[in-house]
Amino acid sequence: MKVSITVNGATHESDIEPRTLLVNHLRENLGFTGTHIGCDSSSCGACTVLLNGQSVKSCTVLTPQVDGDEITTIEGLAKGDELHPMQQAFHDCHALQCGYCTPGMVMAAVSLTGQNGSLTPHDVREGLEGNLCRCTGYQNIVKAVLAGAEASA
Amino acid sequence: MIPAQFDYIKANTVDEAVAALTQHGEDAKLIAGGHSLVPLMRYRLATPEVVIDISKIEELQFVREDGDQIAIGALTKHVDVESNNLIKSDAPLLAKAVSMVGDPQVRHRGTIGGSIAHGDPASDTPSALLAMGATIRVAGPDGSRDIAVDDFFTGFLETAMDDNEVLTEIRVPKMAGKRWAFNKFTRRSQDWAVVGASVQHHDDGVRVGLTNMHSTPVRAEAVEQALADGQSLEAAAALAGNGLEPPADDNGSSEYRMDLATTIVEDALREAAA
Repeated sequence: MKVSITVNGATHESDIEPRTLLVNHLRENLGFTGTHIGCDSSSCGACTVLLNGQSVKSCTVLTPQVDGDEITTIEGLAKGDELHPMQQAFHDCHALQCGYCTPGMVMAAVSLTGQNGSLTPHDVREGLEGNLCRCTGYQNIVKAVLAGAEASA
Repeated sequence: MIPAQFDYIKANTVDEAVAALTQHGEDAKLIAGGHSLVPLMRYRLATPEVVIDISKIEELQFVREDGDQIAIGALTKHVDVESNNLIKSDAPLLAKAVSMVGDPQVRHRGTIGGSIAHGDPASDTPSALLAMGATIRVAGPDGSRDIAVDDFFTGFLETAMDDNEVLTEIRVPKMAGKRWAFNKFTRRSQDWAVVGASVQHHDDGVRVGLTNMHSTPVRAEAVEQALADGQSLEAAAALAGNGLEPPADDNGSSEYRMDLATTIVEDALREAAA
């Protein structure tokens, strides 16, 4: 079936099987491999993207359901060489170890910041409950999200 | 971990969804946010031949006041329920329960109607609806009908809805100022409840809904009756598992859940009474 999905501002027309999961469509058909597959069962959050501005787990979204919608992936955050404030904060705070969870963490953090301007450390921990870091590097991630939220404000 | 093949139909109205269900019968499944169905399809525990997408039916996305009730469209996303001011003020138990579903990403996508129609005994929202005494409105080929939440959950992942019916609306009585509590035990924050309890005080008594204590979402009727008979909160809570057959899984045996339920219910009763 034909779908038309806008990813990071550009519209992509594709012919897909209805059972195609959004994460596979983004990675394999459209080449946005910054969106990672971790648990592949909507637990870990590595596949988090923005759907019409809100964070969702793209491993649990059927692609036909987002026909006509807008997706933002990690590739869509930076403006040229200038990192998004949340990306810059992750860099500055060394909020990653192996980096596998990072794109999902950043996208979840961007969504969280968009909904709530003044975040407490508790808000951040609750807001990131759907994202797992197997390196357990949470302290710096929380620090980075708070810094990124402030820089984005 | 890719779903089996299916034919995809997009329904733009409730009538279109009912017509598609009537045509395809039990081979078809409705999909809204998909956060219960897609995981089942990925594990091939569900292999519908036809998937009818109702996620963009606009007429089912609303929260409105209707006399002494609040009407919530079935396709209202969890995030839009938990953050709605009317629900927060007049149905605070529901707002709290929905805010405990999954994680933010799940609540951005999952819908209250999808969660209820799935009928999962481990889900947070049904216990709140049972405690509040909600009504579930469904639409079928012959029009609309209302089902009391007490009659809605009929078996494991089974409801009183017919194969060709669409859940359209959830109605809860306004409960502003009445005491309530929601309590849920999990090993990690985003987990399903090992055991959960919703307590809602009504003018004529207290209702208690339980999560993960039976093959269906269920009321703790023995607790409610003990409270009505004037027994202490502790004595009432001790009856939390009466007549129930809680599931056993990696998070706990049936016996553990029976024991845990007394604590979860007692804490909730105390919080609501405080």
